[in-house]
This record gives sequence, C-alpha cells and structure tokens, in this order.
Amino acid sequence: MTPSTSMMQPVPRLVDQFERGLDAPICLTWELTYACNLSCVHCLSSSGKRDPRELSTRQCMDIIDELERMQVFYVNIGGGEPTVRPDFWELVDYATAHHVGVKFSTNGVRITPEVAAKLAASDYVDVQISLDGATAEVNDEVRGPGSFAMAVRALENLAAAGFRDAKISVVVTRHNVDQLDHFKALADQYGATLRITRLRPSGRGADVWDELHPTSAQQVQLYDWLVAHGERVLTGDSFFHLSGLGEPGALAGLNLCGAGRVVCLIDPVGDVYACPFAIHDRFLAGNILRDGGFDRVWKHAPLFRELREPQSAGACSSCNHYDSCRGGCMAAKFFTGLPLDGPDPECVQGYGEPALAAERDKPRSSVDHSRSGGRKAPIPLKLLTIPPKKFCNESPV
Amino acid sequence: MDAAAFDPDRGWRLHPQVAVRPESFGALLYHFGTRKLSFLKNTTILTVVNSLEDHPDARSALRAAGIDDDRQAPYLHALGVLVSSNMLVRKEMP
Repeated sequence: MTPSTSMMQPVPRLVDQFERGLDAPICLTWELTYACNLSCVHCLSSSGKRDPRELSTRQCMDIIDELERMQVFYVNIGGGEPTVRPDFWELVDYATAHHVGVKFSTNGVRITPEVAAKLAASDYVDVQISLDGATAEVNDEVRGPGSFAMAVRALENLAAAGFRDAKISVVVTRHNVDQLDHFKALADQYGATLRITRLRPSGRGADVWDELHPTSAQQVQLYDWLVAHGERVLTGDSFFHLSGLGEPGALAGLNLCGAGRVVCLIDPVGDVYACPFAIHDRFLAGNILRDGGFDRVWKHAPLFRELREPQSAGACSSCNHYDSCRGGCMAAKFFTGLPLDGPDPECVQGYGEPALAAERDKPRSSVDHSRSGGRKAPIPLKLLTIPPKKFCNESPV
Repeated sequence: MDAAAFDPDRGWRLHPQVAVRPESFGALLYHFGTRKLSFLKNTTILTVVNSLEDHPDARSALRAAGIDDDRQAPYLHALGVLVSSNMLVRKEMP
C-alpha cells in the first residue's frame, strides 16, 4: 500500500480511521483450497489434504459477485496450492471479468510455459512465487525437496513469456535473513519484485517458530535492510512490530494491524477469519454460507465489531514505542501463548523474551489439513483433483 | 511522468483502469494496471477528482468545488501526486 496523497484539512490520521474499520476490506486473502503438493514446515494454514467441504465453483463465483458489489479491488488468492483446483483458471477469469483483481500465490507447480503466456496477456492478474531460500539448500529445508527448482522454473517461464513484474515472496527466517541481497538479485534477474514477509507462529509455523524466527540481532539487521531498500521491496506491511527501531515513518507502509478492520481471510470452506495468520476459533468471525454472505459477516460479526473498538495497550501502555508498534502482531502473540494486550514475542525493546521464557500454553488450531506420515518429495497432483468423500480418519476435525 | 508535469491549466481525468471507492474519510483509489492503491483523505478532493472530466482544466474543477484560487495550492499538490502515479491522465490521451 502506498498512501501518497497528502491532504489539507485537519482530519484524523488514516491509521486511526482504518483501526475503526471500513465498510469493505481494502484487500482480502482467499485461500481456495487446503490441498497442496508441498508440505512446508511453516505453513500458516497447515495445508496438505483437500477439505471435503471445499466451496464449489458456483459458491466461489457468488462470493466474487459479492466482492464486486462491495468494491473489493483485489483478492490475494492462496491456499494450499490454489492452482491445483481444477477450476482455478476459470475462477481467475471470472474474478477479473467482474472487476476483482487477482494476486495469487503459488509454489510454481502449474506455471508451465503455456500458463505463463496466458498470464502475460492479462492486465488484471499478478503472480507471487513463494521462495524461502535464495539457494536450493536453504529453501528446500523449509519448503521440501525440489521446491526451489520448481519455483525457479516458474520464474523462468514467466520471464520468457514476457510477464512483467512477478513477485518473489519470501518469509524471512533465521536461515535466509543473510540472503536478502541475494533474493533481490534473483528478483532483478527475472524482472520481478521482491516481497518479504514475517514468519508467523501460525499453523505448522507454531512447531518451528522457535528455531526459525530471526534472532533479535537479525531483527535489527532486517530493519536496517528494509529502511535502506524502502519502496522497492514489498512487505505487505508485515514488519510494523519493528517500527520502534527507528524514526516513525522510516518503514514504508501503513504500519498497522488491519485484522478485521481492513483485511481478513476467507478459507476454503467459507469460514471468515480476522487475518490470514489467525486460523483458530478465537479469530473466526463467521461462515459465508451459514451466516448470510460475506458482506454480512464483514459488517456485523461480533468479533469484527470488537476488533474495531479501541484496543487495550495492557502491559505495553507505559512503553514509549507503543504508538509506533501498537503492541505488534495479534496472531504472533496468540500462537506463542502470550497475552493479546502485551508485547509481541519479537518486541524490539526486548519485552518479548522474558514473556517467552515464562510458563505459557500455546493454543493449537482445530483446523489442520496436514498430511500424515511426514514429508516426502512433492506428491503427484492427480491424487488431489477430486475432493475426498469424507474426512480422513486421522483428521482431528 | 513526474509531478512537475502536472499542468493545472489543462484538462485531466481518471485513468480508465482506476476504480474509486468512496469512504467516510474520502476514498480509496485503485489502479488495476499499476496495482497501486492511493487514498483521498477528504471528500472535497474526491469531488474534484470525480468532476475533472466535466471541466476544461483542473483549476475550474477546483473552483466549481468551492476552492478559491488562493486556497488551491494543497489540492494542486495532491492532484500532482495523482498524476505522478498515473491515477490521473491528460484528457486528450487514450
């Protein structure tokens, strides 16, 4: 987001207005399927197996119609791996024909030369290729064997087809934070833009967060790199918890938690959560099918109304930096077992560390579509094209 | 095109790929081509942006919205920013 038009009348800051919520989200994330050919160790949606209740093509189109009426300009489509849905391209075409732009995240599995050529011909589709290491060694440790080669092949196909400005989407970890320049060079090589986001302890990320999240020294390194590279690198506003490390405004973006206020998540079965990193009953606002549509859930869900009320700074209220970091990320606190009205686990003032060292109870989400039996090479996709008739026995749902 | 290229004595209009969503504070602007989002932070500038097309030049759109010449500077700056991000284009351009 680039707020660029400065204005004249003394009006409340945009951030303050956004914290009270808008009539429609600015953008939203829509995970079309929990099915995935990979099984990344940090998957924030614990994806793997398709959910038998997955929304049908018709149901998805109805949601797109509603988003068009609400003037939601674009959706960030993810998963799972969204391109394994047999109707994926049909839904992308339907959305763009209805003035809902599409940015989709993919591991690259379906970005063949033919698909790349089709994508290059559309003005309304943006592609994000996920990569969590600038080398196969670092990437495949997190995303699985062969996933680096798969992503690079997709980037090559997009570049060869003349697709301009694809995004390379990187979750910053302890092991790739030293590769930021390398990622930037990779992006430049493919005419792409680098997008880096924060590792959240959400989904399977809860299991690996302690080992993978950047150290406090690395947080400073990351902050300095972001300030130096500023507007040319996208962040999805995900590092606002670092803004206390420097002058207000040094980090590009709005620097606020938009959960339930300007963003939200629609999951593959139509459940609406406050944000993509908060798949848990605590942050479930409602269901599009059962609760009268997306517009109704967005405007009237008790959870969202609560999030649009002024939030308590709690233990952070005496901290000078509260105004810049706003207490950090709700999901990061929740899934590390910290109180929501206290410091972020990666608080740059160091208040997170003693909180993490204390006794805590980490909540597990009841939504888990991980495949059992550990990780193997990417699995053959034909297994996934038909939804299972019923939940697999090992599913805890 | 940079902001300096904004000439308020010429006619301007929204880029055909820009969508405007009115909000209580003003409006959100989204450019489907550049995929950039902008904010109009009050309703007066929204009125101006929406009416540009009906006026021969930007200054007359501002006057019609009740902004006298001596108060136009911040609005001209805002329009210049929108021109530099390609949200607004010259009327005679495709």
